[in-house]
Amino acid sequence: MHPIASMALKRLGLGLLTLLVVSIIIFSAVEMLPGDLAQEILGQSATPETVAAFRKELGLDKPPVERYFDWLGGAVQGDFGKSLASKREISDLMSTRLGNTLFLASFAAILAVPISIVLGLLAALYRNTWFDRMINVLTLSSISFPEFFVAYILILMLAVGYPFGLIWVLGLIGIWFLMEGVGSFRDGRKIGKTFPVVPALFALIGAAFIANVFIGYWKPQLAGVTAFPSISNISPGTSFGERLERSFLPALTLTLVVTAHMMRMTRAAIINLLASPYIEMARLKGMSPLRVIVTHALPNALAPIINVVAINLAYLITGVVVVEVVFVYPGVGQLMVDSVTKRDVTVVQACCLIFAATYILLNLLADILAIATNPRLLHPK
Amino acid sequence: MTDTTNEPTTIIHRSANAHEAQATEDIVAMTDPTAASADGAAPRVEQESKWKTLSRAFRTAPLTAWFGMIVIAIYIVVALFAPLFAPFGEREIIGAQFEEPNATYMLGTDNLGRDMLSRLIYAARNTVGIALLTTFISFMLGGFLGMLAATFGGWVDQILSRIIDVLMSIPSLIFALLALTVANTWIGRMDNPSPWLYTAALIVIMAVLDSTRVFRLTRAVAMNIVVMDYVEAARLRGEGLWYIIRREILPNASAPLIAEFGLRFCFVFLTISALSFLGLGVQPPTADWGSMVRDNATLISFGVAVPLYPAGAIALLTVAVNFVVDWMLHRSSGLKD
Amino acid sequence: MSDDILLKMRGVKIDGKTGDDWLPIIKGIDLDLRRGEVLGLIGESGAGKSTMGLAAMGYVRGGCRISGGSIEFDGMDLTKAGEAKRRALRGKRIAYVAQSAAASFNPAHRLIDQYSEAPVKHSVMNKSAAEEDAVDLYRRLQLPNPDEIGFRYPHQVSGGQLQRAMTAMAMSCRPDLIIFDEPTTALDVTTQIEVLAAIRNAVAQFGTAAIYITHDLAVVAQMADRIMVLRYGELVEEAPTREMLSAPTQDYTKSLWAVRSFKATAKPKPAADAVPVVSLRNIDAAYGPVPVLHGVSFDIHKGRTVAVVGESGSGKSTAARVITGLLPPSSGEVLFNGQVLPPNFKRRSKDQLRQAQMIYQMADTALNPKQRIRDIIGRPVEFYLGLKGRARDERVRELLDLIEMEPDTFAHRYPGELSGGQKQRIGIARALAADPEFIICDEVTSALDQLVAEGILRLLDRLQGELDLAYMFITHDLATVRAIADEVVVMQHGKVVEQGPKVEMFTPPHHSYTDLLLSSVPEMDPDWLTNLLDERIREGKPLSTEDA
Repeated sequence: MHPIASMALKRLGLGLLTLLVVSIIIFSAVEMLPGDLAQEILGQSATPETVAAFRKELGLDKPPVERYFDWLGGAVQGDFGKSLASKREISDLMSTRLGNTLFLASFAAILAVPISIVLGLLAALYRNTWFDRMINVLTLSSISFPEFFVAYILILMLAVGYPFGLIWVLGLIGIWFLMEGVGSFRDGRKIGKTFPVVPALFALIGAAFIANVFIGYWKPQLAGVTAFPSISNISPGTSFGERLERSFLPALTLTLVVTAHMMRMTRAAIINLLASPYIEMARLKGMSPLRVIVTHALPNALAPIINVVAINLAYLITGVVVVEVVFVYPGVGQLMVDSVTKRDVTVVQACCLIFAATYILLNLLADILAIATNPRLLHPK
Repeated sequence: MTDTTNEPTTIIHRSANAHEAQATEDIVAMTDPTAASADGAAPRVEQESKWKTLSRAFRTAPLTAWFGMIVIAIYIVVALFAPLFAPFGEREIIGAQFEEPNATYMLGTDNLGRDMLSRLIYAARNTVGIALLTTFISFMLGGFLGMLAATFGGWVDQILSRIIDVLMSIPSLIFALLALTVANTWIGRMDNPSPWLYTAALIVIMAVLDSTRVFRLTRAVAMNIVVMDYVEAARLRGEGLWYIIRREILPNASAPLIAEFGLRFCFVFLTISALSFLGLGVQPPTADWGSMVRDNATLISFGVAVPLYPAGAIALLTVAVNFVVDWMLHRSSGLKD
Repeated sequence: MSDDILLKMRGVKIDGKTGDDWLPIIKGIDLDLRRGEVLGLIGESGAGKSTMGLAAMGYVRGGCRISGGSIEFDGMDLTKAGEAKRRALRGKRIAYVAQSAAASFNPAHRLIDQYSEAPVKHSVMNKSAAEEDAVDLYRRLQLPNPDEIGFRYPHQVSGGQLQRAMTAMAMSCRPDLIIFDEPTTALDVTTQIEVLAAIRNAVAQFGTAAIYITHDLAVVAQMADRIMVLRYGELVEEAPTREMLSAPTQDYTKSLWAVRSFKATAKPKPAADAVPVVSLRNIDAAYGPVPVLHGVSFDIHKGRTVAVVGESGSGKSTAARVITGLLPPSSGEVLFNGQVLPPNFKRRSKDQLRQAQMIYQMADTALNPKQRIRDIIGRPVEFYLGLKGRARDERVRELLDLIEMEPDTFAHRYPGELSGGQKQRIGIARALAADPEFIICDEVTSALDQLVAEGILRLLDRLQGELDLAYMFITHDLATVRAIADEVVVMQHGKVVEQGPKVEMFTPPHHSYTDLLLSSVPEMDPDWLTNLLDERIREGKPLSTEDA
């Protein structure tokens, strides 16, 4: 068998095994909850017989190992049992919500991946120029912001119409320009000949400030942008266009956070690559810089970039939870947080399993793609 | 985790936090020995004293790093001397709900009528303190196990690594939610539970979860060092485990570990804030930035930026620490540019 | 050979950036090269030879700059021409062959595509013509299966073959000048032969001028018409090859074959029934499922040096690991002074561990960079001999004197402040601190330059005489073996191929592998390579272990 196929199968096996162990952990965690589930649901006033009958109905009288396999067996077929709080089938709850979360994640991914790769590539090529340094500071800040911070800023700026919202952003960039300018001056670095930084910064901030004041005076509604809804009212009947509009803010939040990570990692991977001897060799053969990048660097960059993208998509899963809560987006994340608050353990179990499975699946995909793009493995000896 | 090996990384060698994966590589790279000196050239200049290196480093630090260091210093001072700065008490109700900022309440009041500014200041102590303690515990745990795995190798390493890999296969936020649900339910059933029990549960759970990442990094760093000939020489001498860890490995690992501490602090800090925001972290009435965002979230729809203050406080500290760590990493790898 | 000067470099100055300062790497060198001439650039590491070679193409690595002088190629000053003009020259009229072919070939493209890239992009030929040309060149350079080897990927081809493929690629545009940057340094001595032959043939056939960079004088003697010796970025001596070899004028040039000229003190043979200090009996060893050693047996006597020689993968370092107990053998025994040692070092007594010490090849990884010299040496003193405080400090001073390093200057320093040779001496002192009977020297001079290496060998020889130490000297360099060995053990693929006293080993008849090994070591005779190739073809012997 081709080494790639055998390695891929091995990884798949390992992934499934990991998923199995994780499911055991999730099940055991819920098992460790104190108190009797049936009693909790029926309340104090229920008679012991009712409780016993309910227990039997829920299947709580069986031994844990048997219950685990029942649960696992059901889960594999898509049946997660019933929600304790609402008595509905979890699979009903889950199907729309899972679709919504995947939609949101895909939306964010489609926005984030191309931007990050292009920016990362440019930053690596123009290493240590003002462009690279600005990107570095912006992304470093972005990965430091909690998701809810980014979310609320976006809501203020784009949903509620907080005046001077634009000024804040420009002001931050302006402060960076200022620091860079002073730093350049101190270190004796030449500020780019084509881009006079310091005057530009003042012009930018000044213009934006004046514009905003005037607009605020004449047309208050326009001073802040109230373009997008801050609460995502999506239901199965929503049209695609409306769906896009209502999920735009949460998707944008996710995008901003993930892009920063992805861009930094892409940049690092490409810088690493550009230091390889075969890149120097291509230059010594007189190849143009463009050809060196496109023909020599990029084919070898596939593997690390795919790696980067996959890791970050996996990371999206945790980001989704907070974003869904802030925007009240009807996805699996919000369901999970709600269920946790309501102690709806069966739903919590199901959500955890879904998240873990997606996470493991994405990592598995990353591994297999990394194998498939490795030239040494594609063409074995 | 580099791409130079034939054998690609397995599933289970992944970090949950994407940035960590890259930072891990940067940090591990700090342990590379200096370039070999094969020539009989004139002996190198005497190593300049530690003070000189340090002061030169400070002088050439970029402004972002200075910004970071100043901000961190301010936070530390505010956290330590909170009662001196705060005009009112942490839980004092002094006015009506959501009052606008005025002369007495410089940032207005929150959803229960407490002074926003005072709560912000006390939260500095609580949130930063909790995050610091958690990072410290996670470092002790993960670092110790990581060194053990690297020095013993063999089945000790295998078993530990497999366990850690499985733990890392569950996204940390999800796992924390699950674990905290269980813990909080248990605590809730006790007679008269003290609010600190919830905090303790939070600290323990986060520390255990985070220690997996510290394990991963410490092991990688230690493994780079363990293969050096001088460690083999010490082993062959018959030196015990503790000697090797203490005198041979630790001194050479301190730089990367310090950088990692900064990064881990950021991650823990952000995750605890996220958990508090979701309602499962620090419990009221303790002042905590994450919970404060949650409590005052309704104000956003009125166009009031108040919930942004605690969120901004979180963001600012994290940015500052990241700037400083980035500078540290840049210095050690930049020397090879 | 015409009088037409192809390359004229005058007063070239190149600086390199370390930290915040620009330090000079090349301090003003003149270089002339005629069409069709082969110039050898020789020097130790740090002399600047690679930098000069790249400068001939008008190229400097990152962190370097040309700060003075002119570089004229065929009348055009490369320092003043724009980058576009320089790019047009590179690959087309000036080509470069790097030290490591494995790293310099793009792993994602086939060899033949990388061959045809330069001719096509420089508009010398079209793709199909280039591919035919590739096969022709592969054939000329004696690569196996020239028709299909180009369609492989770099990792599917062995080291020596890859180096020849890279030479072919350099020739693809029929350049006027090729720069060979240490092309055989990373190869085994037996593989080196046909790469050298191939390069020489190709250069002669096409009348290409070449700059051949190496640190090995014997190698450059085979390839170059004229030799320039560089040191610390300056020219030391320049002369036609035969003249330089027979009558070098500078002391430094003479020191370049220091190791070859070094002779260890002669010792009397051991008594026939003397118990050897270390004895290996029929050792089989494996790393997991992979067997590495088969039936290895040899003895090492007190006060004598056994050189264990072999190429990479021969198992010589593994034998050392078995002796020290790091790798327990799957069968066989290790005896120390007649007593069987426990196979695993963890089961050995402190005293048993003390008596056998090891010195490592890479001084940078052999010393803990965070420990001061006095602690590095002092710890074994304290650990084994139980000396503390003043007694310990005294002993450390004695040891530093023994290795000829001034205690007051060095005791408080860190390894990072020392040069390679000094660090290696500290490694020796550390080994001596345990007061051992037996020391394993694992390629201790392989990473050092000639002069420094000779100093270390001299020191080891003296210490052996004074302290009656037994050495196991692992090396791949036969010149070192000739210099210091009393007995020689030749290993190949984990087996002992031949062993015996040095004198016997260096005179025929030999085992065929020993013969191959010995004859593959370049001599300081410009005709050596030609003679060797003729002899091998005549006698039908294989050219190397790779193609065998």
